[in-house]
Amino acid sequence: MQHEATHATPNINKAELLKELSHIVSADGILHETETMRPYECDGLSAYRQLPWIVVLPEETDQVQRIVALCHEQQVPIVARGAGTGVSGGALPHAHGVLLSLAKLNRILDIDPNNRTARIEPGVRNLAISQAAAQYNLYYAPDPSSQIACTIGGNVAENSGGVHCLKYGLTVHNIMRLEVITASGERITIGSEALDSPGYDLLALMCGSEGMLGIVTEVTVKLLPRPERVQVMLAAFDDVVKAGAAVAAVIEAGIIPAGLEMMDKLAIQAAEDFAHAGYPRDAEAVLICEVDGSNEEVSEHVATIRDIFLEQGATKVRTAQDEQERAILWKGRKSAFPAVGRISPDYYCMDGTIPRKALPLVLKRISEMSAKYDLAVANVFHAGDGNLHPLILYDANKPGELERTEAFGGKILTLCVEVGGTVTGEHGVGIEKLDQMCVQFGALELEQFHAVKAAFDPQALLNPGKAIPTLHRCAELGGMHVHNGQLPHPELERF
Amino acid sequence: MGGMDQDNSTAIQQQVTQASHDKSVLDIRGGGSKGFYGHAVNGLPLDVTPHRGITNYAPEELVLTARAATPLAEIEHALNERGQMLPFEPPHYGDSATLGGTIACALSGPRRAAAGAARDFVLGTRLVNGCGHLMSFGGQVMKNVAGYDVSRLQCGAQGTLGVLLDVSLKVLPRPEQELTLTLAADFSDALTRVATLVGQSLPISASCLYDDHLHLRLSGARCALQAAIKKVGGEHSSQSTTFWQQIKEQQHPFFSRFAKQAGSRLWRISLPAATPHLLLDGEWLMEWNGALRWLTSDVSIEQVRRVVSNVGGHATLYRGGNNDDARFHPLSDGVAKLHYQLKRAFDPHGILNPGRIYPSL
Repeated sequence: MQHEATHATPNINKAELLKELSHIVSADGILHETETMRPYECDGLSAYRQLPWIVVLPEETDQVQRIVALCHEQQVPIVARGAGTGVSGGALPHAHGVLLSLAKLNRILDIDPNNRTARIEPGVRNLAISQAAAQYNLYYAPDPSSQIACTIGGNVAENSGGVHCLKYGLTVHNIMRLEVITASGERITIGSEALDSPGYDLLALMCGSEGMLGIVTEVTVKLLPRPERVQVMLAAFDDVVKAGAAVAAVIEAGIIPAGLEMMDKLAIQAAEDFAHAGYPRDAEAVLICEVDGSNEEVSEHVATIRDIFLEQGATKVRTAQDEQERAILWKGRKSAFPAVGRISPDYYCMDGTIPRKALPLVLKRISEMSAKYDLAVANVFHAGDGNLHPLILYDANKPGELERTEAFGGKILTLCVEVGGTVTGEHGVGIEKLDQMCVQFGALELEQFHAVKAAFDPQALLNPGKAIPTLHRCAELGGMHVHNGQLPHPELERF
Repeated sequence: MGGMDQDNSTAIQQQVTQASHDKSVLDIRGGGSKGFYGHAVNGLPLDVTPHRGITNYAPEELVLTARAATPLAEIEHALNERGQMLPFEPPHYGDSATLGGTIACALSGPRRAAAGAARDFVLGTRLVNGCGHLMSFGGQVMKNVAGYDVSRLQCGAQGTLGVLLDVSLKVLPRPEQELTLTLAADFSDALTRVATLVGQSLPISASCLYDDHLHLRLSGARCALQAAIKKVGGEHSSQSTTFWQQIKEQQHPFFSRFAKQAGSRLWRISLPAATPHLLLDGEWLMEWNGALRWLTSDVSIEQVRRVVSNVGGHATLYRGGNNDDARFHPLSDGVAKLHYQLKRAFDPHGILNPGRIYPSL
């Protein structure tokens, strides 16, 4: 699929731009031939591909600033990229733009155990922060499934979550300060190492802005002490409605689990065949519940939750007896995506969020639509925070099936909005959900978004055409298309 | 949900539209409890107080939505009945405090360092911008990355980017138990001790150092607190609830001392938690594990801001001083420029609370 080029055209030719860039970055930091640029033509949403004009890989903030200033002067669009693990096409290159890779800005500048913060460059991998902080018994809480590869810069751009965000929040709750290069090449600091800052909350605005408002060159993150103890439980149900009620009952009992995940029958069976985690294959739904805290608190919560699950009709409750069993129980859940990829040539992953009480209705409607479109669906659900990932199973080689899948997916997201939810909980809009944004927002809101964008980037040079649709553009659907079980980053866990 | 509940969106929208048309400045008025915070606005009063009522509360979803002028006390009462709370423990500063004013001022109380700030719990808003456009952002769900986070942006904007109509918040269960331990400590002892305890993941939900006494509030499951008490040490305080209420609402005698001394001001100083004691003459009270420090002092405004800037913090002139004293810490040029551009994006005629935070913003 080709993405339509939008907005600015550079007033400099490629040779001239390459010459100018060579004054800023060494020769091995500039790529401009088709073959060397090929790895940058897409991110995790590989159905959309576009070769950039030029790829630049700076190593210092100062170089980033000079590149942005140059592009600003010459009207060259810039698409920032971290590890390229995003699944909504947010890092899809621009045909006449610079693809600005921040992967080489990957230094951990400082870990401050007294203030429990880390100051890092944008290309540092999410997991590397926790690894570096481990010596102080601290960690960085947001843990997106791609955490071994994804970068903190990308996490800020997408406001990434993870399976623990009900209790520990998203990126926006866990960063304190950003150093940003503005569209005009100015270096500014947003937020601070204090708990608040004067003026508008630009930090919140930057989180999830998908590289549209500025280029992040440094991030100060909050670190948390490791909990004394972590415990995982698995509960099986013969009815998804009962499982949903059990989730509500745990929350109403005043317990906020560190993680609370649900899978439906098709997802359970696929995961069990793949991971052999001991999930009951005959269950209609399973819940995986993780609690953390002090030793005493965890013991008490495990006992309470166990009682609640049984009261709500669980057919089986299992508590991990050791770290190994805990890892196995999680493995089933974390391998749900590749597991589904084994039972179907292709699948399409949706990312809607709904109020939890709407779950029975939404699952019923998905099931009805599944029959209507003649496409199977496996449902994986961050049940604690209402983030639903229906995986539509299809075969791209069968004529018309991809189109049916996209239509079905669009209906699911529309349904999420109808029940009071949103079209994207954590994957971002990127290029993928531009038209679903038109379902979610009216013209006034979209105009307001464009005005916000213009306040930061009046010439629309930063990641043009992403995240916010123009008013007349509510066009075709895209998706996270997976062929023969191969994700663009097959080595990563997906949940 | 009270008999005074009313949806006044349309009337508010019409008034803003008219003002936008006339290019006349509006002074947005809620309960007035935070009128002292920020600069006075010289404009036509826009009374939003009729727009009140809780419109949705789903305890099992941890979500509450209310109209902006709903009394904060009414919201806290409703939450309390279901064993829940606003985790950021907002100060009221008077019975008339509303949800809208609380969010617009982004004020958080003693639990902030442990639980998060007002902005951390904002899920969605409905608002009218300076053109009179009524819009919805965010929603009632925990995770939402559709569009820019315009809702959180309203938090602390003091009405300068939009008139808040409705706010959806994430709420949390109340802790099973809370208790307070008091220890003798000077400033540097207190900082070290708090950092050590918090670093051990102990359930400290509030801290306050005043007059060489460190007060630590512990919150959580009963069993967890029993274990934590042994690690923390100190004396049990019998006045726990009253003490934290007085700190939160600034009814503690410390907070009115500035008024008794000519030229004295009450400063709110926010800075990195582990910052050593600042060399500014005056009387101090510390909260938020060191990250929030209150100062009563007659040291010059410039001197306070210079010292605080040097350690990466910011100083708000909270109470006292003259009308034309700059209440909020100056912004860097680059950040200020973005503020003015954002202001124009939401309020091109500059009619919504201009000057409340910074001149002509």
